[in-house]
Amino acid sequence: MASADVKAQDPRIAGISSAIRVIPDFPKPGIMFQDITTLLLDTKAFRDTIDLFVERYKDKNISVVAGIEARGFIFGPPIALAIGAKFVPMRKPKKLPGEVISEEYSLEYGKDVMEMHVGAVQAGERALIVDDLVATGGTLSAAIRLLERVGVHVVECACVIELPELKGRERLGEKPLFVLVS
Amino acid sequence: MDSEETRGYRAFLKQSVWCLTSQYQVSFSFFFLFFCFVFSSWSFFFFQIWWAAGIMFQDITTLLLDHKAFKDTVDIFVDRYRDMGISVVAGIEARGFVFGPSIALAIGAKFVPLRKPNKLPGEVISEAYVLEYGTDRLEMHVGAIEPGERALVIDDLVATGGTLSAAVRLLERMGAEVVECACVVGLPEGQRRLDGKPLYILVEPRLSVNY
Repeated sequence: MASADVKAQDPRIAGISSAIRVIPDFPKPGIMFQDITTLLLDTKAFRDTIDLFVERYKDKNISVVAGIEARGFIFGPPIALAIGAKFVPMRKPKKLPGEVISEEYSLEYGKDVMEMHVGAVQAGERALIVDDLVATGGTLSAAIRLLERVGVHVVECACVIELPELKGRERLGEKPLFVLVS
Repeated sequence: MDSEETRGYRAFLKQSVWCLTSQYQVSFSFFFLFFCFVFSSWSFFFFQIWWAAGIMFQDITTLLLDHKAFKDTVDIFVDRYRDMGISVVAGIEARGFVFGPSIALAIGAKFVPLRKPNKLPGEVISEAYVLEYGTDRLEMHVGAIEPGERALVIDDLVATGGTLSAAVRLLERMGAEVVECACVVGLPEGQRRLDGKPLYILVEPRLSVNY
């Protein structure tokens, strides 16, 4: 798919991949945590990450970049600013003031809720959803549902990292998913 | 010797005095209540001003929906910090993450997230700070910065300055020199320093609703 093409062809991917740090047994035993904070310390790799997304989306008429709290807030705004889109934060409950709509989603154990401001987006707008990593796809799916409930067309979901063994791509169904590192 | 006339006169006096004092009491009560009302409104007004940034929530999400205004915000910070030799931009979770990375990318600095407890994996240092009720902690990765680096701290808003102070302490513990703290929204004129560090603000909190 697209991510494999990018991985094979673009020389910037190697630098991005090697800048990501893997921390074993965080947040609990057995989990290999993909830590993007080391990527943010590497100015060239961070710049390349944003550039790769901007190059892909700048001519797709995207007017909304939705970023998922909190690491989606790191990558989403630079992309939004570069492509001329607005940035919409998708947040945990009770963080956004004023009127919100919310969507429940499953975690490994239990549920959580994601919220978005009413009126942040208009029906018919074209949106990109950004997060640092896709695992099961639960969070991205909730974000897609939130945006589609208000009539927005979600063009694609974009993440720096994918964990393919957790089958997030399947959970997103026909919604395209673009990642830099698998 | 109390003649009837004297008794009548005394009764009249008593009655008059009672009428006068009760009127006085009414007037006094009235003025007392009026004074209380004025004092409490005055106190409430000043209390509102004092807590302006807290009670009248300054919502930056609408700024992020205005592409030109958002870009201008980042550009103003970039223009200010571009030539200051800053190699680290530290952003405070979570709204500092919205502004910090774009500034870091534009000035060629690294971005360091300062987070709530237990979010950062690996080795961290942490710093406590005071909330209205209780305390919270801010964490930073060990090894994110080298001693001697020049740092900028970013958040969306400064109210009491507790969080920013904790951020400054974290960076200084790792040997960084904190050049300035920068926020989009801050306190009115006069509050331009934070624990001896310069504090740069774009706008003051608004006290009226406009949406």
